[in-house]
Amino acid sequence: MPPSTAAYDDLPRLLRLMAGDEKHAPIATSTIDVIWVLFNRVLDIDPARPDDPERDRFLLSKGHGPAGYYSVLAARGFLTEDDLRRFGLFDSRLGHHPDRNLVPGAEISSGSLGHGLGLAVGTALGLRMNGRSRPRVVVLVGDGELDEGSNAEAIEFAGREALTNLTCVVVDNASSTHGWPGGIAARFAIAGWATAEVDGHDRRALEDAFSLDHCDGPLAVVARVEDR
Amino acid sequence: MSAAPDLALAEEAEPRSRPEEDDERLGSPELDQRSRFYSVVPRLLAEDRRLALVLADIGVAYLDEEALAPVEDRVVNVGIREQLMIGVAGGLALAGMRPIVHTFAPFLLERPFEFVKLDLGHQDVGAVLVSAGGSYAWPTGGETHFGHRDVAVLDTLDGWDVHVPGHAAEAEALVRTAAEGDGRAYVRLDLTSNRRSHERALRGRMEAVRHGTHGTVVAVGPMLDRVLAATEGLDLTILYATTVRPFDAAGLRQTLGRPDVAIVEPYLAGTSVARVAEALDDTPHRVRGLGVRREELRRYGTVEEHDAANGLDPAGLAASLRGFFSF
Repeated sequence: MPPSTAAYDDLPRLLRLMAGDEKHAPIATSTIDVIWVLFNRVLDIDPARPDDPERDRFLLSKGHGPAGYYSVLAARGFLTEDDLRRFGLFDSRLGHHPDRNLVPGAEISSGSLGHGLGLAVGTALGLRMNGRSRPRVVVLVGDGELDEGSNAEAIEFAGREALTNLTCVVVDNASSTHGWPGGIAARFAIAGWATAEVDGHDRRALEDAFSLDHCDGPLAVVARVEDR
Repeated sequence: MSAAPDLALAEEAEPRSRPEEDDERLGSPELDQRSRFYSVVPRLLAEDRRLALVLADIGVAYLDEEALAPVEDRVVNVGIREQLMIGVAGGLALAGMRPIVHTFAPFLLERPFEFVKLDLGHQDVGAVLVSAGGSYAWPTGGETHFGHRDVAVLDTLDGWDVHVPGHAAEAEALVRTAAEGDGRAYVRLDLTSNRRSHERALRGRMEAVRHGTHGTVVAVGPMLDRVLAATEGLDLTILYATTVRPFDAAGLRQTLGRPDVAIVEPYLAGTSVARVAEALDDTPHRVRGLGVRREELRRYGTVEEHDAANGLDPAGLAASLRGFFSF
């Protein structure tokens, strides 16, 4: 993939260009390392070829607090700094929840929780039907988002279908009201997923986790971050 | 574990396949819309590699395994997971496929409604949703399996074509047309059909089946034969519609005589009244919507009994239409 137009150290400055969604600022910063690692070290995504059928797909299911996502998209050349400054304005491309029809590089529109994993399962199946074995589908969900029952449907089914081209990264900021007895990873493992648990701000550990072999089924990476 | 008590129900005339299929008896593909869909969908998938079939258990028992075998890599049964069914359809579309999604109407549109809104509509991807069961094709199934709110629910969303075939041949033609397109389409299959198909009503335009001067009755899908019976000898224009979204406003205006219009729909009464009003918004007019009533009946019995209870049998329609048109 082409190098970023901005460095990791530029992300705080890019984040500060966006105002108006301060209540979700902790979410923006909790996901930013995961998204940076994916866009810079894992996924084959090129702003010059946004519709390349062989590209990897990143689906931001947890659409709240997208400023971290937008700052990485800007660092990678999908968005301009002016786009970031116009965050949330009436005629901006960037809302407080991403719209794939407006945001270059966004694979899905999100905001309502519990949709991204099902869409990712369908995308992974569609790529398989099209004979595209190379592209990888990575979906980011939150631990609170896993409360939505639609995720249970998708986790169980993806495991049975052995979708080896699918990765789900759970950014765990302990926001699930009732928590997950036995841990989040166990919930995926019992459905046939390979799992890894890492520090969600340790970029080397994240890269290693996303590189884990999972030839028998999908991969779940639980990225632990600071509590909400 | 102790033995199960011997409490068998009276034996049925023919064994049923599986509980989730305990809905209605399918007829021949020549006459039965749902059966026709099951016979044609493997051929559609074979003809077009873009197409994928997404199921949530319903219909699996009726599809011909042998016919599906050559395309089985594009058939997905997610199990009884209707939210995932729509999510998978959205994802397939994002990956360049055209999903055909099928189950009973309440499980296709009501249970996963937000997924239809967001995973298809808000993503702005195409899909073909095909329901079975009409409004009350399984009358003993009761409220949980009644589908008469489907078109009204879908009407809250933008960008959906809605097809309501009145015959098995129309069902095949409309499913085929929807599959060949790129947009979002809903095809509503019903247990009840008219005696013959009307090819001229398959291109999005209404067909004038009878011409009169005293007013217009729009009969939608399987309502046609009973509307014709109910209006026999009355000086009315009878229009037949199998596509109600987009609504053929031009067709209504072109044939309009006296601007009194009744629209008879096999789903929730009044669903298309606003569309008639929009079509005639520069003309003083009267409009009456007939269809399935809003109140929950809490009744079982037969389709015919539900037709009568909703005023959708020929006698009920004759009474309503004669009253509205002052015959």
